[in-house]
Amino acid sequence: MAEITAPALREFPVAPAVSPDAMAASKPYVATDKMQEALGFPGALPEDWHDRAIAKLGEMVGKYRGLRVYLDACVHCGACTDKCHYFLGTGDPKNMPVARQELLRGVYRRHYTLPGKLFPKLVGARELTKDMLDDWYKYYHQCSECRRCSVFCPYGIDTAEVTMAAREILDSVGYGQKYSNEIIGKVHRIGNNLGLPGPALEDTLLGLEEDVKEDTGADVKFPLDQKGAEVLLITPSADFFAEPHVDSLIGYAKVFHAAGISWTLSSKASEAANFGLFIGNYDQMRAIALRIREQALELGVKRIVVGECGHAWRVAYSFWNTLAGIGSGGEDPFARQLQSQLDHRYRQPTHICELTWDLVQKGALVLDKEANDHRVVTFHDSCNVARASRMGDEPGGQFEIPRALIRAVANRYVEMRPGTTHEATFCCGGGGGLLTDEILDLRVKGALPRMESLREVADRHGVNFMATICAICKAQFTKVLPYYGFNRSMVGGVHQLVSTAIRLGAKQ
Amino acid sequence: MGTIEVNGKAFETDEEGYLVNLADWNEDLAGEIAKAEKIDMTENHWEVVNFLREYYNEYQIAPAVRVLTKAIGKKLGPEKGSNQYLYELFPYGPAKQACKIAGLPKPTGCV
Repeated sequence: MAEITAPALREFPVAPAVSPDAMAASKPYVATDKMQEALGFPGALPEDWHDRAIAKLGEMVGKYRGLRVYLDACVHCGACTDKCHYFLGTGDPKNMPVARQELLRGVYRRHYTLPGKLFPKLVGARELTKDMLDDWYKYYHQCSECRRCSVFCPYGIDTAEVTMAAREILDSVGYGQKYSNEIIGKVHRIGNNLGLPGPALEDTLLGLEEDVKEDTGADVKFPLDQKGAEVLLITPSADFFAEPHVDSLIGYAKVFHAAGISWTLSSKASEAANFGLFIGNYDQMRAIALRIREQALELGVKRIVVGECGHAWRVAYSFWNTLAGIGSGGEDPFARQLQSQLDHRYRQPTHICELTWDLVQKGALVLDKEANDHRVVTFHDSCNVARASRMGDEPGGQFEIPRALIRAVANRYVEMRPGTTHEATFCCGGGGGLLTDEILDLRVKGALPRMESLREVADRHGVNFMATICAICKAQFTKVLPYYGFNRSMVGGVHQLVSTAIRLGAKQ
Repeated sequence: MGTIEVNGKAFETDEEGYLVNLADWNEDLAGEIAKAEKIDMTENHWEVVNFLREYYNEYQIAPAVRVLTKAIGKKLGPEKGSNQYLYELFPYGPAKQACKIAGLPKPTGCV
């Protein structure tokens, strides 16, 4: 593994000096032929990869109107250049969003625009050489599809769509990424990203019941595959496995217990994550989403609630309706069956923060805020929640509800610098399918802007806990915080705070 | 793909040094992987590695971090049953580094 270095924190964050090819060696592992073929992709680069890639690009710009607009509309104004955490952390000019997307845009121009076909040099059209294909692989895996640059684009170009399209083309010519594709294979085979089989999940949940009993004296249950439960909880499998994720899972369970809501997990749909989004593949995204519908029908639940997982909430909030008929929009018989089964007095799907916040407002939970007094809390908005979804009934609910919830369970709360939160939040540095060890150097560098604003509130206000509602953010920060001189246990979930404050059995 | 050599025999690993065939594992091999990870194996390290292997044999997956800390707390004393202690033993992270030495596949996902 290459040397891993964290850039120095700067007092006045400005755009870095460019450092050409600084990250030209950053390249995640390529998927094996078995991983590729399991998803219906070619196992390795075929001889006619060039023609296939160009044909695939043509197919996509024909099918996705938005993609064609995003490829045509850019005027290279440069508003996005210094908005990307990977550019700010690495200085590699190909990590300026405009330059990164130009890698695909130039090839598109060469093959699918008239001036590009006639006078390629005049319009900056590019050939798809093997070097270019390698650049696609490297630099489209230095974009976490966080869409911060899109917020600042005067044309509203959704840059992540370009990255997703490039990854989809790469998969279609047998050049997929190991991390994402291995995981998608596990979801289909075993039911979750981790590869946690049913019996192991059951054993883990029983252990958590013991722990909570020991800590609180309450018989908080973690039900699995319980037919007839009201709520099906869909949460990232990291919640079962990793620290600090598990503390939020305990928080959800305590909330359900305290509110008297019957709920269940599913051993077959034991994963909220949907990496089909990351690789830009609609069929995978749909297949992963359909597991949840199947289980919701099988278990007969009335509500579907999503745990703390950023991109999962984007998929759930924005796409589950037409992908799987959760929420209105699905038109096939199973989608209609699910619609008639779900209880429409509640949002379908509901984010766990919405559920808990509703209960707080109704006074249904007993909360001891002082229990969190050892913490000075700040909130890191996760990109997919912030820029691709909503919560509640008001615009900006995805920002306000998690914050309101934190304030309801903790006395000491501080915001990080404006311009680094809400819709302008910085990615943790590990999103979009990049949470893999071989590119840890990129992940550390990409975390720079967030680490700078955290350092500021840590120094000025004594912040010692950064709450977030995304499994990737939690795992990424646990890994990279020490590189910036922070303790890894500074990061945790919003429901970890809820778990600390909630009093069980005290409600009259 | 790589290999790791022990007692003149080569064993296949993936790019990151995880054993490809779980059945290849033995204590000498574990010691060699630990050396590459710059870990000096003590009795407590072996307790963790052995527990991982036992758990894996039963469940076909490494134990959740909390299951592991609880088990180690029972074996080595409650003060050692913490995530922090496991990080002391395996600085790169107990889940991944200890699994590698135990010859188990790498835990995948958002961990």
